[in-house]
Amino acid sequence: MDAQCSLEAMPKLPNPMPIVTDDEVAVDPADYARAEINASLKPKQKIGFLREMIRIRRFEQTSLKYYNQGLMGGFLHLYIGQEAVAVGTVSLLGKNDHVITAYRDHGHALAVGMGMNECMAELFGKATGCSRGKGGSMHFFAPDKNYWGGHGIVGGQTPLGLGLAYGLKYKGLKGCALCFMGDGAVNQGAYHESLNLAALWKLPVVYIIENNKYSMGTTLERSSAMRNCLAERADGYGIVWDIANGEDLYEVRAKTASAMRRAHDQSLPTVLEVDTYRYYGHSVADANAKKYRSPEEIERYKNHHDPIRLWKKRLIDEGVLTEADADAIDEAAKEEADNAAQFAIDSDTPSPETIFEDVYWEVDNKTDAGSTGKHFFSE
Amino acid sequence: MPLITYRKALNDALAEEISRDENVVIIGEEVAQYNGAYKVTEGLWQRFGDKRVVDAPISEAGFIGMGIGASMLGIRPVMELMFWSFAYVAWDQIINNAGQVRYMSGGLINCPIVIRGPANGGTNVGATHSHTPENFIANTPGLKVVCPATAYDAKGLMKSAIRDNDPVCVMENTLLYGESWEVPEEEYLIPLGVADIKREGTDVSLIAHGRAVITALKAAEILAAEHDIHAEVLDLRSIRPLDEEAILNTVRKTHRAVLVDENKPFCGVSAQIAATIQEKAFDDLDAPVQRVCSLDAPAIYSPALENLQLPTVSRIIEKVLQIR
Repeated sequence: MDAQCSLEAMPKLPNPMPIVTDDEVAVDPADYARAEINASLKPKQKIGFLREMIRIRRFEQTSLKYYNQGLMGGFLHLYIGQEAVAVGTVSLLGKNDHVITAYRDHGHALAVGMGMNECMAELFGKATGCSRGKGGSMHFFAPDKNYWGGHGIVGGQTPLGLGLAYGLKYKGLKGCALCFMGDGAVNQGAYHESLNLAALWKLPVVYIIENNKYSMGTTLERSSAMRNCLAERADGYGIVWDIANGEDLYEVRAKTASAMRRAHDQSLPTVLEVDTYRYYGHSVADANAKKYRSPEEIERYKNHHDPIRLWKKRLIDEGVLTEADADAIDEAAKEEADNAAQFAIDSDTPSPETIFEDVYWEVDNKTDAGSTGKHFFSE
Repeated sequence: MPLITYRKALNDALAEEISRDENVVIIGEEVAQYNGAYKVTEGLWQRFGDKRVVDAPISEAGFIGMGIGASMLGIRPVMELMFWSFAYVAWDQIINNAGQVRYMSGGLINCPIVIRGPANGGTNVGATHSHTPENFIANTPGLKVVCPATAYDAKGLMKSAIRDNDPVCVMENTLLYGESWEVPEEEYLIPLGVADIKREGTDVSLIAHGRAVITALKAAEILAAEHDIHAEVLDLRSIRPLDEEAILNTVRKTHRAVLVDENKPFCGVSAQIAATIQEKAFDDLDAPVQRVCSLDAPAIYSPALENLQLPTVSRIIEKVLQIR
């Protein structure tokens, strides 16, 4: 990370982490491109990762435009700057691997394959939204894509991710749960209870701390006690942990793959802290986004640590991509996002009757249980 | 019909459902090797083993949340809270995750989970262990809550709760665990949302849930014997869904209602029932609706006073005599 960053005052752990013994990752810590999981990638896949990151960014930039026009409600927590984390990790998912995250959830949603239309329409509160206009920005879900949200309460999803892992193990399925969280969530009790249970019951869960350095407007150093890093707290539970550079998609993939293998092969949890950065505020409504950190710091990250810019450069250096290819991908993503916004604008608002739908499964499915007794009360 | 305890009825319900459905798993503090803090799960671990009956550490937010996550994948966890009073450390998981995730996902997800345990005062364990949060749960669309008063109801409601595809909170009562009722040997279910007339009467309706039903039945006995007043006792059994028709029917029959509720009076269950009656059966009433609730202070430790704090037979009789 940039030596000028104010957070650099904190001691950093040597790399690779001593606790990581995985041969594959340890082959050449300086260049994760050579890790087996990355060495086997085809150019098309690498370009696909670029496309996914650009799609996420263009989707969010477009959503910001309409949010600022007052066409969306509530909060808008942008993921811009962190794209390599969602794309790198999700690129590794198999049939029985599941994802759950917090409220900064647009990136993960698009990465798992949710469409821009349904996501954009959700932001606009439309009936065609992925949650029928009932969830909003913080609550995107796609269980058919093993994507379990989108959760608004900091740390509240950490026991749920554990439950997904428990369910997989209970059913005898070889899979794991990737449970994403922010650096602010590490101080919630539910997370620590989850770590204890994960270690105690040997559950195949990977907690991925996306450390963007700020829990809302409070810096890491003002919110979290630590020796060296946040993931290290896992030591107290006997859980293997690691840190990854979130601007390097190869490293994110290599280290996530290692954690997933531990989950798949040994049914053991991992805590993976990924160093990353968000360019926008905690949410768009974060009026102090440029006050609790310097504009220079933000610019530094944009100019020197941007995951999309770095990945694009890498692919050009590798000779698998040209500038013209990248421009075409970007144009297509912009167009897709614009079309999604138009789709959302053209979509109907949900009808008032739907307020009482999706509350109880039994009522929605018109079962005997759902039609016995009064489920809803008027004033 | 054999007489069995409320505790055994619950135990039988759990055993039958574990045997019936491989996705049913019991998780909670001391539920397995210790046989249950209140012995509700006695013998189940020996019978069904580690996979189906799981001892959890004292970590309610963690294991209740874990159960909710597992239920999203189709597991049917039956989570024991040693006391419902401990639910507050898992409140975010219960209210926000179990209660809201279906709605926020536009119906894509459901949580077939049961959270069960005792929720009562009257055992002199102080305010932190004596909460009755059925009104809080009922105030949360997305959750269901039942409060069985007898062994028969406890078994039938528990089995329905486990088969229900929505999150159901079952609030039991430590003072009832050792009481016995007739329970048939053959299998039966009691649907959620169906109240039960526990005693027929013509002069006044005593409407209650949980152990308050037992208190109301004792009061009805005395009212008949000493005052020639024939009280009907309606057991709500289920708070949400609520059997509103049964409430209105008994009021239309007796024209007087006294609501008996171990919940606190302010925004408690009886406040909702009173509102329903005045709104929908006002013309049927010959007297104002009366309430007998727990006295409106934290649950007191002193055994002598706690017995007065909960609804008593004499307070019920007094209210009935006021509106006779």
